[in-house]
Amino acid sequence: MASSDTGATVTLRHPTVQPRAAQEDKPVKIDVERLSFYYGAKRALEDITVRMKSNLVTAFIGPSGCGKSTFLRTLNRMNDIIPATRVDGTVLIDGSNIYESGVDVVAVRRRVGMVFQKSNPFPKSIFENVAYGLRINRMTTSRSELEGRVEESLQQAALWDEVKDRLHESALAMSGGQQQRLCIARALAVKPDILLMDEPASALDPIATQRIEELIYDLKKTYTIVIVTHNMQQAARVSDYTAFFWLGKLVEYDRTDRIFTAPGEKLTEDYITGRFG
Amino acid sequence: MRSRELAFRLATGAFALALAVLVLAIGFELSRQSWLSIQKFGLQFWTTSRWDPVAGEFGALLFIWGTLYSSILALIISTPIALGIAVFISELSPARLRGPLMFLTELLAAIPSIVYGLWGIFVLVPVVRALEVKLGPFSDFPLFSGPPLGVGMLAAALILSVMVIPFSSSVAREVLKTVPQAQREAAYALGATRFEAIRAAMFFARTGIVGSVMLGFGRALGETMAVTMVIGNNPQVSASLFAPQYTMAAVIANEFTEAGDELYLSALVEIGLVLFIITLIVNGLSRGLIWMMGRQSAGRATA
Ligand SMILES: Nc1ncnc2c1ncn2[C@@H]1O[C@H](COP(=O)(O)OP(=O)(O)OP(=O)(O)O)[C@@H](O)[C@H]1O
Ligand SMILES: [Mg+2]
Repeated sequence: MASSDTGATVTLRHPTVQPRAAQEDKPVKIDVERLSFYYGAKRALEDITVRMKSNLVTAFIGPSGCGKSTFLRTLNRMNDIIPATRVDGTVLIDGSNIYESGVDVVAVRRRVGMVFQKSNPFPKSIFENVAYGLRINRMTTSRSELEGRVEESLQQAALWDEVKDRLHESALAMSGGQQQRLCIARALAVKPDILLMDEPASALDPIATQRIEELIYDLKKTYTIVIVTHNMQQAARVSDYTAFFWLGKLVEYDRTDRIFTAPGEKLTEDYITGRFG
Repeated sequence: MRSRELAFRLATGAFALALAVLVLAIGFELSRQSWLSIQKFGLQFWTTSRWDPVAGEFGALLFIWGTLYSSILALIISTPIALGIAVFISELSPARLRGPLMFLTELLAAIPSIVYGLWGIFVLVPVVRALEVKLGPFSDFPLFSGPPLGVGMLAAALILSVMVIPFSSSVAREVLKTVPQAQREAAYALGATRFEAIRAAMFFARTGIVGSVMLGFGRALGETMAVTMVIGNNPQVSASLFAPQYTMAAVIANEFTEAGDELYLSALVEIGLVLFIITLIVNGLSRGLIWMMGRQSAGRATA
């Protein structure tokens, strides 16, 4: 089951690369067709077409400024809040275009959760952070249901045991790694089916990073995960598919084991072996 | 290099020290000049309302009442408007409008107090009088009792609000600007509407927003000219919005030149001393809150 043919420098802690048939069977969750994105007149993404499958982890890699975050943020329409931006093309989630006119953006964002590079808890208690999304979306009807959902989310984010005795203390008093897992719990509380993560471990130490990676591995049973990372080993460890971006273009998209052992493009090879620029 | 830096630090340190000394010196001088009154009346000065220069009896309660009443009323009227303006400019307004609107509020803050006073007398007071006439049927209600004069507590509170709004809305706007965009994005990512994301930003900024409101309160407490011109300057304690009353700053401005004997003068200076202490505390607290807020944002941004 475990596959270690992902490159000499990369060791897999988890058997992330599943038998090929299992991966190829999964239904398409996110289907992006000919997507271009503009900040004002500047084109940041060019004609991107990619299909991401359900219950797999897709990693976005590429040099700084190549558009990974921008692309990630088009998947939950987070870029809508930046003035003077424009999207061309379609993003189908479960077959329906989230950019169609009349689509409820709030509902899209509830289905497509997001975790940011820097943890950004609200200056509230741990409990209230997780409860926030449930409250604004009126997703629970009683206090006990709310408490249950908060506990469940903290369990899923592997944080419950550490915080169960101090749920009502400030979230800002937690360590960086705990804050990031809290942000994951907060995102999971509203039961999305896709989780977008923009360099979720870049500000964390190796141990906290490892916990996040283990978490991602557990979460993909339930969620479709897209993660941006600058760390090649991390991409190889956690993802099933990898997309390599360069200057706003998608250069290569394939199974992670292939990208890291036998990339189809010279550019990809140069980038993952560090012979870039 | 080193010595120039040292000289710079010494010079700026000396200026900072000079400011602290200046504040202390003002406090000391006010205490010295009011010593006669402090000795003669003691605490009674603050708990009685008899203001009789002829008999040599001085109690400042009614002025404290007038100052607090007008300032708190102004606070109640101005806070929602000031925060509304701040939120509109920083969160909602199209980028093109933002500059002109900011310029306009700064402009309003720069208008001299006496000009507001004149506007108060010629525009505001007649409007207030008309309103008071309309409210005549409710005169059994203590807030609306008394003849409709136009000048009085309501006019004073309104003019104070108008003067305080540009001030606290500018500070609140600056405070909102320091809220990391990541806080708004966190809310949006969980399915927040624009209104809910703004609420999240305001919650993050709550300390600084309270500070900005209190800063406005501090200004209202000490505001003299415009209030003196419209409040009616009648030494009485009344709950009525229509009643002409008096404030601490107004009585000093009006009576200082005519205060013949030493005790009278000393009593006026004691009012000044208390006004000085109150505004120092209120301003200190609000600046402290705003500073704490800035530190919190900076801490989050670099965390
Ligand atoms: N708000 C914005 N306004 C204008 N241009 C932007 C904005 N955000 C990003 N860009 C530009 O879009 C391009 C892609 O940026 P993006 O943040 O998506 O890159 P990235 O791949 O995530 O980089 P990094 O690895 O450094 O996070 C860059 O050239 C960047 O300068
Ligand atoms: Mg990025």
